[in-house]
Amino acid sequence: MAHALHIVVCAGIVPDPLQTLEPITGLTGPGLKNEMVLPAVLDPWAACALYEAAALATKNPGSKVWLVSLGPKAKLQAVMMTVAQKVNFELVPIDGPIGGFHDAHATAAALADAIAAIPGLDRDRLLLFGGWESATRGAGVTLQLVGERFGISDQFQGVDEIELRDDGSFEVLERVEGGKHQVSICAGTPAVLGWATGNLAEPRNNPQVGMANMRTIMPALQKAKSASIPANGLHYVSVALPKQQRTTKVVKDLTPEEIAHELVAWIGAE
Amino acid sequence: MEYILALTHVDDTGAALTRASLEVVTAAIDLANQLEASLTIGIVGVDATSAANFLASTGARLLVVSGEPFAQPRYATDAAACEALCRAACATIVIAPASARFARVAAGVAHRLDGYIDTHIAAVVAADTIEATRWFYRQRIEAVLTRDARPWFLLLDAGTHAAFSGHSASTQIEEVAVHLPTLRTTVTGLREPRHDQQTIRPDAKLLLVAGAGWTKKQPDGQTHATEAGDLILGFLHATGASLGSSKSLVDQGGDGNSVLPFLTHLNQIGQTGATPRHAKGLSTCCHGEEPHVVGWRFVADRRAISLDPNCGWTRGKADVVYVADAFQVMSKVNALLEANDA
Repeated sequence: MAHALHIVVCAGIVPDPLQTLEPITGLTGPGLKNEMVLPAVLDPWAACALYEAAALATKNPGSKVWLVSLGPKAKLQAVMMTVAQKVNFELVPIDGPIGGFHDAHATAAALADAIAAIPGLDRDRLLLFGGWESATRGAGVTLQLVGERFGISDQFQGVDEIELRDDGSFEVLERVEGGKHQVSICAGTPAVLGWATGNLAEPRNNPQVGMANMRTIMPALQKAKSASIPANGLHYVSVALPKQQRTTKVVKDLTPEEIAHELVAWIGAE
Repeated sequence: MEYILALTHVDDTGAALTRASLEVVTAAIDLANQLEASLTIGIVGVDATSAANFLASTGARLLVVSGEPFAQPRYATDAAACEALCRAACATIVIAPASARFARVAAGVAHRLDGYIDTHIAAVVAADTIEATRWFYRQRIEAVLTRDARPWFLLLDAGTHAAFSGHSASTQIEEVAVHLPTLRTTVTGLREPRHDQQTIRPDAKLLLVAGAGWTKKQPDGQTHATEAGDLILGFLHATGASLGSSKSLVDQGGDGNSVLPFLTHLNQIGQTGATPRHAKGLSTCCHGEEPHVVGWRFVADRRAISLDPNCGWTRGKADVVYVADAFQVMSKVNALLEANDA
């Protein structure tokens, strides 16, 4: 028996991983040099959460997926041009600052306010999805804080799989230490799931899905409310690139056997 | 005056602290000494009292939450236990391990106490204020931060401190009562590869990383995924190394290409994977570009085997790069290791 789910995916936008990042300190604190012009993508683990949400919604007719994202409107619009072609969702944009140096608690408050204001959202059927850690702050706390704000005490992090059962309960696989998964059974929604990679490949771009999504995305972006992200007493003493640059020895003239001897000696050395 | 709480939990045995918890005890003792602050240690577990006796020599106040509901890691029970311990300790600074168990709940607990949290902390020092070091943008930018607000939760990454070493003795332990909510989640166990197929070994000295080159066409125009798999597993068996992988190699499985069947997303190292701490790392068939290398931030001694003399590893990211065919080199390495073993 299918269960109609209301799945809210929280996903930030992050600099493309191939970009060179250089920290700078401005009037409002640290940031990235040329941050606004760096190409951006949807946060990788949050993107996995979005694909898993869409797959779950497809399997359960009547379900709906919302994508809640905080960032400057122009950056959000640029990223959505690609993301919108992947799966069906309704965008809930929040116009706010970008970057990993902002306080997670303030970010969580802005996300929770936006989610609470979603028309028609049934919190009893809510699955709150997101990446378990972002590629910016990488703290792994924002989703948890949003969940707490909604009083949800069934939370799972590092999720790689969810299997919904006929009675509305579901099995969750969470990553734990040593390459293992912890298996849990939850009685049902509401719940928070911070996704790791999951099991789905990235969906191919589908222009039809993109066109359908963009009909709601553009008006939503125009109406996006702005949010301020207070520092909450967070101060940065220093922000810097790591100084360690290795002097690489490039070995081109050894036979495989000679290299093997060198490596075995290296492996055995303390 | 700061009140420091080291928040810890037991391991799979249920009666001893995890190594990461013992590292937290070391860090908390150091910080308490620097600040001349009082130290409390809180323990969560099915038999936390046994674990507490091991901490007798710390001289700290010992608080425990024990019982069957805390035998398994679970948000509702662990959050309630940690909240109770924090309240009992009146903590202003809470230091806890960034283990799967506490990373799942610590932010929620901080919220319940009107506190704040920072995670993946690599170092904590007390200067004029308490300063914590952590990485941003997947280990690409390092920052030192501080907070005025209290309570302040700091989740310490494993491998950043020495584990506390004490001797078990009878000591005064305070049991803390916990009010549990209605439980809707049941932990049914762990799912893990068979022992001989487990390739992720966090405690290994050596990390072997396999890149997508292992399943690419070789000079004979064919792919040799089976041979690649045998070479990699042979090396892991001989050395006890942990296996990491680039995302591209793991993703090939989803695209219907030749794959190494023992690789999963859990093996991923880098931008979308783990950042493990090992003394040495050997990269094979991986081009060493930034999204991969950010996962090597905490690998001290790095070597790479690559056919490309201009690969990313040669640009100051590895200590030694061998320009060679990894199939040939690893075959010889395995033969040597086997001979040495015999």
